[in-house]
Amino acid sequence: MIGSIAAIGAGLAAIGAGIGIGRIGGSAVEGIARQPEAASKIQTNMIIAAALVEGAALFGIVVALLGNNPS
Amino acid sequence: MHLSRILTSKILATVLSFAVFTLSASAKTPALQSDSGRHEVPGEHAGGHGEEKFDAAAAIMHHIADAHEWHIIGHTAIYLPVILYTDNGLEIFSSSHFYHNPRTVTYSADGKEHTATWYSHKGFALFHEKVYKLDENGSLSFDEDGHPLNERVMDFSITKNVASMFVSVALLLLIFGSVAKAYRKRKGKAPKGLQSALEPIVLFVRDDIAQPNIGHQYRRFMPFLLTVFFFIWINNVMGLIPFFPGGANVSGNIAFTFVMGTITFLITTANGNKNYWKHIFAPNVPVWLYPIMIPVEIISVFSKPFALIIRLFANITAGHIVVLSLVSLIFIFKTVYVSPVSVAFVLFMDVLELLVGFLQAYIFTLLSALFIGMAVAEHAEH
Repeated sequence: MIGSIAAIGAGLAAIGAGIGIGRIGGSAVEGIARQPEAASKIQTNMIIAAALVEGAALFGIVVALLGNNPS
Repeated sequence: MHLSRILTSKILATVLSFAVFTLSASAKTPALQSDSGRHEVPGEHAGGHGEEKFDAAAAIMHHIADAHEWHIIGHTAIYLPVILYTDNGLEIFSSSHFYHNPRTVTYSADGKEHTATWYSHKGFALFHEKVYKLDENGSLSFDEDGHPLNERVMDFSITKNVASMFVSVALLLLIFGSVAKAYRKRKGKAPKGLQSALEPIVLFVRDDIAQPNIGHQYRRFMPFLLTVFFFIWINNVMGLIPFFPGGANVSGNIAFTFVMGTITFLITTANGNKNYWKHIFAPNVPVWLYPIMIPVEIISVFSKPFALIIRLFANITAGHIVVLSLVSLIFIFKTVYVSPVSVAFVLFMDVLELLVGFLQAYIFTLLSALFIGMAVAEHAEH
């Protein structure tokens, strides 16, 4: 087995980001479909929530970068 | 905006004094020089023989990290002043003294033999951009993990990130100074030129970030929020420009974001009113919950700025690493025909990074305003 386990950790963090932001995007698009007049407000809040979720996922990436011990 | 006004303004004096300060310590040797004996980026062989495998990780980390010189193109670099505080006082010299004396050292670490380039000058050693004191033999010694055992020296050098911050500060002063002057000169008249570009953004910070989150005391904190917003934004954008004076990765430096987060922490803590401290140390919960609530509240006082720090650092650094990896594809495959693919991807990533740069500045400012708002909030009836 080659590589380090940090790479696996980083991949898992990316999965977390993908799931989180995917759900945010899905709900936002649904909300816009229900009420097209509120589109810009919904979009703003979607971007903010996506940035915060991404921040959490990047915590994991940072730890992976720090703990990277290539064999 | 006439050029004469800019030239006679105080802003130019400030910009010039920065430039003089930055370049004065390297006055011994010419600040800008071509050099044939300069150090090589790890993994990149100048001859291009193709025998050495391209170490993508090392090359990427080299471009992300801070450096004591500002590499411009090819063999040209600006050698920034090295300022060290030792027991003998202040030592100032140009980093060209370091980079013109490359030495190699072989040491064993993690069970493997490593060969690394390092530089020495006047009793100091530069290894991986950290300054150490040379030992009695005039060399570096290493421990089993590959870390030098030599003593560290206090390094106050003007490094690439510091010089880049000077540049972005000078840019900000130039832009906002001229806009402020234009407002004074054109009192009562409609905004023109740069004013009309910046006014919506400033109003955006005031009406969408400061006022809703801080309440009626928002005017006190507007200078701080505006500074944070524009400084982070301009540093993010300049980190994306691949040539001088951009491309120095300032906001991807944990020390930079640490200072920004610490300043937010200090402002919120200093402005905390009685309600704020009451919510931390005597929250509105049954008394038997206090042993849980109070440690959690105290941890959250520190974890909120910490999240700000890590969020900005990780977002910007991750973006830079992705862009650098895509460019490294060309060197990994060692063919120029990968470049259309690589450049197309890099273009897409750069546009995304522009959005991320603005967004991270906005999020940082928004959350700072939120924390300040929580600190100065008046008592709400429960």
